[in-house]
Amino acid sequence: MLGFIGKRLLVAIPTLLVIITLAFALLHAAPGGPFDSDKVLVPEIRAAIEARYHLDESVPMQYLRYLGGVVRGDFGPSFQYQDSSVNDLIAQGLPIDLTIGLLAMGLALLIGVPLGVLAALRRNTVWDRAASAIALLGISVPTYVTAPLLVLLFAVSLRWLPAGDWGEGALRNLVLPVVALSLPYVAYIARLLRASLLDVLHTPWVRTARAKGMPWRTVLLRHALRPALLPLVAFLGPATVGVITGSIAIETVFGLPGIGRFFVDGAFNRDYTVVMGVTILYGVLIVLANLLADVVQALLDPRMRP
Amino acid sequence: MNSTPPLPRWSLLLLLTIVVLAVVVPWISPWTYYTPSWDELDLEPTFANGHWLGTDDLGRDLLVRLMWGCRISLLVAVAASLTSLFIGVLWGATAGYAGGRVDAWLMRTVDVLYAVPFIPFVIVLTVLFGRNIVLLFVAIGAVSWLDTARIVRGQTLALRQREFITAARVGGMSPAQIVRRHVLPNLAGIVAVYLTLTIPTVILVEAFLGYLGLGAQAPLTSLGVMIADGAAQLRSRPRLLICPALLLALLVLCCNRLGDALRDHFDPASGGGA
Repeated sequence: MLGFIGKRLLVAIPTLLVIITLAFALLHAAPGGPFDSDKVLVPEIRAAIEARYHLDESVPMQYLRYLGGVVRGDFGPSFQYQDSSVNDLIAQGLPIDLTIGLLAMGLALLIGVPLGVLAALRRNTVWDRAASAIALLGISVPTYVTAPLLVLLFAVSLRWLPAGDWGEGALRNLVLPVVALSLPYVAYIARLLRASLLDVLHTPWVRTARAKGMPWRTVLLRHALRPALLPLVAFLGPATVGVITGSIAIETVFGLPGIGRFFVDGAFNRDYTVVMGVTILYGVLIVLANLLADVVQALLDPRMRP
Repeated sequence: MNSTPPLPRWSLLLLLTIVVLAVVVPWISPWTYYTPSWDELDLEPTFANGHWLGTDDLGRDLLVRLMWGCRISLLVAVAASLTSLFIGVLWGATAGYAGGRVDAWLMRTVDVLYAVPFIPFVIVLTVLFGRNIVLLFVAIGAVSWLDTARIVRGQTLALRQREFITAARVGGMSPAQIVRRHVLPNLAGIVAVYLTLTIPTVILVEAFLGYLGLGAQAPLTSLGVMIADGAAQLRSRPRLLICPALLLALLVLCCNRLGDALRDHFDPASGGGA
């Protein structure tokens, strides 16, 4: 297993290199620079600033310098926030995204799994149709639509919950962002689990287990659910991507100071290092999530072990 | 699920209605989407004043703007989906037909690209290279071809084993000719299915970019831009949020229903549902 993980981590290196290179090339190919503001800078000051951020060096040199920094875990100074480095910004924003993201995934599993099982077991009944309808709705309605609607209902009309703001992570402030972020995943999980459980329920081993008189609950929990969870685990890797990019919208709606905000602001203000740093961080998170999903799959299914 | 499920008639009808309205709106609407009307600010929806969904904070008819928003969203979605289709089919068919080392490299590239966080890249692209619509669909299309490439490759691999391909090869056709004359036509069904499934995804991406202020620029509008504008005036004019949000949901819902039904029809092996 350790060898398997090691090999996967080695494969991740070219992937991350591609991400870094793409981000770097894109930002340097773009017209305009971070210090092209409305007021014209005195040439000496401009030169001093460019020297400070190494912008006076050749592009390949800057690339190597940046790569060297990334390898050491240093994303460089922010162009926009003069006093903080990109690492500071990430350290500030990431806990917020992780809190919301993990809570949303947890909530999605908590609702989506029972919903999918129910739909598969009560196939072609009202339950199944209701679950399918909820699933289709969740897939079709993006978070930036549900989030303002939730705000309208629970914050503006009913006044039960705050409409936004981080509020030091108080539970009241977390409810709406987490619910809005989790809704599409409730839908995906329910759909996926319904389909895979239906497949498993028709297999010979489930029939055998039932034929020898095993209680239905045991058949379901011990024999049917375990293989049915495999596609779900595989989905959870890419789903992390969705939670990450989805949180950009959630942060915008609720005004949360997460890294998504820094990223969008950074892109608008040409804060190159912030944009590159956050993009690379996203890439690393995605690679890690996929790796984790593969490992869990291997643990669940011996056939997937290397 | 053993028999072929019927096409979702209502979804098809609704979708057609929305598309037709979005196409003909410039010729049938009595108002424009961009001219502010200072004596008609914030009108409530009534039939009497002719503004069936009322007007927005600048006195522009909401229904007309909705249709224009739909028009832009659909335009971007279709163009971006076609771009992604073009790249995906070319990539997948080349990998599948060439096989061997070419296949391995092309598909490894796809695997690597799957781990790239695309939404950030699209955001950076649209911010840095100006916010025009052509760039928007090239950017979205260029990042959403991976699924198509995979599916097309799988289908091509299967097709390659068939007798009529061997016959064509023995008959002296070049690989490029075979791909064009025999492989691509046989991929049409499955590609059409994934086109209908790509379109709703792209609509959502476009709306997301519009929401961030990177999509259509005022006074032109799209569903995402309208949702963002509406969300900003949520307290005073909830109508401006609810209408575009409902329309977007309806549009994507119908596309998804149709795509699912078509997939079950053309590709029963995919198992329906997920």
